[in-house]
Amino acid sequence: MSRTPLDTVEHATATPDVELPWAELGLKKDEYERIVEILGRRPTGAELAMYSVMWSEHCSYKSSKVHLRQFGEKAPRSDALLVGIGENAGVVDVGQGYAVTFKVESHNHPSYVEPYQGAATGVGGIVRDIIAMGARPVAVVDPLRFGAADHPDTKRVLPGVVAGIGGYGNCLGLPNIGGEVVFDACYQGNPLVNAGAIGVMRHEDIHLAKASGAGNKVVLYGARTGGDGIGGASILASETFDDAKPSKRPAVQVGDPFQEKLLIECTLEAFKEKLVVGIQDLGAAGLSCATSELASNGSGGMRVTLDDVPLRDSTLSPEEILMSESQERMCAVVEPEKVDRFLEICEKWDVIATVIGEVTDGDRLEIYWHGGKIVDVDPRTVAHEGPVYERPYARPEWQDALQADDANKLPRPETSEELKDQVLKLVSSPNQASKKWITSQYDHFVQGNTVLAQPEDSGMIRVDEESGLGVAIATDGNGRYAKLDPYAGAQLALAEAYRNVATTGAKPLAVSDCLNFGSPEDPAVMWQFAEAVRGLADACLQLGTPVTGGNVSLYNQTGEAAIHPTPVVAVLGVIDDVARRTPVAFQEEGQLLYLLGDTREEFGGSAWSQVVHDHLGGLPPQVDLERERLLGEILISASRDGMIDSAHDLSDGGLIQAVVESSLLGGKGARLVVPDGFDAFTFLFSESAGRALVAVPRSEEVRFNDMCGARGLPVARIGVVDGDAIELQGEFALSLEELRKAHEETIPALLA
Amino acid sequence: MTARIGVVTFPGSLDDRDTQRAIRLAGAEPVALWHKDKDLKQVDAVVLPGGFSYGDYLRAGAISRFSPVMGTVIEQAKSGLPVLGICNGFQVLTEAHLLPGAMLGNDHLHFICRDQKLRVENAETSWTGDYTAGQEIHIPLKNMDGRYVADEYTLDKLEAEGRVAFRYVDFNPNGSLRDIAGITNEAGNVVGLMPHPEHAVEPLIGSGRTDGLPFFTSILKKLVGA
Repeated sequence: MSRTPLDTVEHATATPDVELPWAELGLKKDEYERIVEILGRRPTGAELAMYSVMWSEHCSYKSSKVHLRQFGEKAPRSDALLVGIGENAGVVDVGQGYAVTFKVESHNHPSYVEPYQGAATGVGGIVRDIIAMGARPVAVVDPLRFGAADHPDTKRVLPGVVAGIGGYGNCLGLPNIGGEVVFDACYQGNPLVNAGAIGVMRHEDIHLAKASGAGNKVVLYGARTGGDGIGGASILASETFDDAKPSKRPAVQVGDPFQEKLLIECTLEAFKEKLVVGIQDLGAAGLSCATSELASNGSGGMRVTLDDVPLRDSTLSPEEILMSESQERMCAVVEPEKVDRFLEICEKWDVIATVIGEVTDGDRLEIYWHGGKIVDVDPRTVAHEGPVYERPYARPEWQDALQADDANKLPRPETSEELKDQVLKLVSSPNQASKKWITSQYDHFVQGNTVLAQPEDSGMIRVDEESGLGVAIATDGNGRYAKLDPYAGAQLALAEAYRNVATTGAKPLAVSDCLNFGSPEDPAVMWQFAEAVRGLADACLQLGTPVTGGNVSLYNQTGEAAIHPTPVVAVLGVIDDVARRTPVAFQEEGQLLYLLGDTREEFGGSAWSQVVHDHLGGLPPQVDLERERLLGEILISASRDGMIDSAHDLSDGGLIQAVVESSLLGGKGARLVVPDGFDAFTFLFSESAGRALVAVPRSEEVRFNDMCGARGLPVARIGVVDGDAIELQGEFALSLEELRKAHEETIPALLA
Repeated sequence: MTARIGVVTFPGSLDDRDTQRAIRLAGAEPVALWHKDKDLKQVDAVVLPGGFSYGDYLRAGAISRFSPVMGTVIEQAKSGLPVLGICNGFQVLTEAHLLPGAMLGNDHLHFICRDQKLRVENAETSWTGDYTAGQEIHIPLKNMDGRYVADEYTLDKLEAEGRVAFRYVDFNPNGSLRDIAGITNEAGNVVGLMPHPEHAVEPLIGSGRTDGLPFFTSILKKLVGA
């Protein structure tokens, strides 16, 4: 597909009036004019390709940037933070010389178009971000959201997504240790496929994406470049779906996990021999992104010969090579005398590696094709100086009516029989039911360091075999809460993830987020986004957990209908000795059950209101971050000092959901008593935040109560682990057998 | 004097380092072997670990079976070198014809990961001496292509000769014929199974059981005569 004449810089200067397809590439008119202004001439086709992908919403954060700044401005001081926002992933000090990198990203749009490959390459992309920091990936997590569980399209999307995540992650040898699966009609047509990964390294192994040192070589290694995923970021992730347009399937990339596994091992071996000066993975916007980011973060310029890029399809044009999002590729900057050794390691792992350019002492990114210079730009204008929009935002007029539609006024169960029926209905509803059918398709044993995996409150991985040092991660989000109040909803997502980490005995350290919203061109959506970011930044400051990175996914809407605002928050924690971890399952009969925290009549956005009344209205639970912090401290102390044998955070579904899960996992029932001052319904179903259920051995009862009393955390003794049923005194008893059937059969019946 | 047990890394092997850890925990010395290397470094036994060698894009194990290292493994296994194939390693052993039968995709067409109950049927092999026949154990299982198949004659022969080493109990996770989870060759030095004993060697980690450790202590005793 060679074109005559080649659109070189010289040619572009000589032919200022040539019309370029900027609109087809997703650029707005003023954006195109800005490019012309920056260059002082019209861009070449290749330059246009680079700007169009790098200035897309997905890569440039042009609508979200002005809000995201708060994560930096309000960042709490944290000694643990080694690398903050702006790199491929944040890095946190976990002690003993170890550093952990982690990040959550979205792969929403591709996963709707082609569920298997969309989800698979989502895993691939986040894992390459982790490798690019210098770390060995040690685990993945997958927060997922789909349309209504019984909608026919969910049966197309979910099994494909799950198989794709499993197919890729399992083949990479990464244990899948956590995540969520949520169903809600609002995600119909816009499923949220978020993927998170954790990596571990020594402090001295941290690598950054920068090209320094004139004369250093730029090595492209991994898969050959093909025509897949061209315009993936700009076209797919940055526009809403529209039935009238042609199928977007060709823009979804195809993953090859085997190639990525080789890439991991080969990269880690190169790191070990200290052969790498700077490194960047090729994800969204492919070579355009890798070259412009490496060059703009380094000290000099960069010269690249595109003819040297190994191709899967020899007819690709230079523009296509620059835009291709072919998976499993990385770009390393290597000192000239180390290039041979680097290439040798690649060969050992059967990975194709090619020197495609070098770092120069100028400040330009220059790209050549067939001897002609087709790109000559300041890389910063491509990578970092894209457009920034102050999108208008306004609180939607329906917000007041939504909040006034109080869920606390919904009819409640009047008899013991109704109460019991609603418990069964709750625990068997798709959102509250066991997700074993899904999670059993993921390997959670590989690498031999998994201490906890789903359905535990957080996933936990051993980092050091000798000392038992470990890390925990939890991801949470509740779009229903965020719809009712995006500021509080984002804080509740953080609070829940923070609580989940503490419940397992780990100390929360840092945050990554994946912010999933509708179209930023809708002022109501933009208001939700602004509020959520403000809420999350404020809460991170208060809890002392900095945001280390993450991702924004906008345009999750079909026509006028946007998804619920869905900030998903990942919290990373550290535990000194994984032997002290606290599991969810009840361990021993006779242990005493305590409810920690305050229970109020809070049903807005609750699972109960959804399952029993199909209702969404009112206000979400109150946020009390100081209480969350105190609860976390108590849970961590109790775990360290052996005062509790199991613990479960209380969130959607309330206390009864937690008791049912702990009972079924442990195979032990519970006898519960409604404490004074409560009614049975509120006791079972309220979703007040800042609470947890713990099982205390009798020998520890006094010590545990004293600790809570001394630190001012309200506790209520609510029962005992006992028998093979869950019994609420004076109300009902449900056998574990019946509960297990209700809880575990729903998902296979809908999806298998 | 301890035993040196080799663990082969093929491109796409995943549980090689876990297997090395299990060998170390059992008290033996793990030795890393590389697929392109014919040299077995004078090890006393070899484990072919789990994973997706060559991505399993062809039949699982079909390419690895032709790797240089396998040439030596096949030759020495025939003269008595103890060899254990776990999951993908089992698939390699059947492809190499060191064990009969073959593995097909799971009958339910999904990857499956679970803590699986097994019965030890043969405690006489090089790798099962520390179990007792009939003992029930829990070992993690995780695979896509785990359905063991063979013709009726072969299955009858395996049963008659006591060469079914492990059987799934209570639940057949992949549709394997006669609930077969693992088998041995006639001499008892070559054993292959789908479940992963290396993931059940430490309390707290993985399934939280240590039911898999006897695989590695069995071979150690066999080799050092303890």
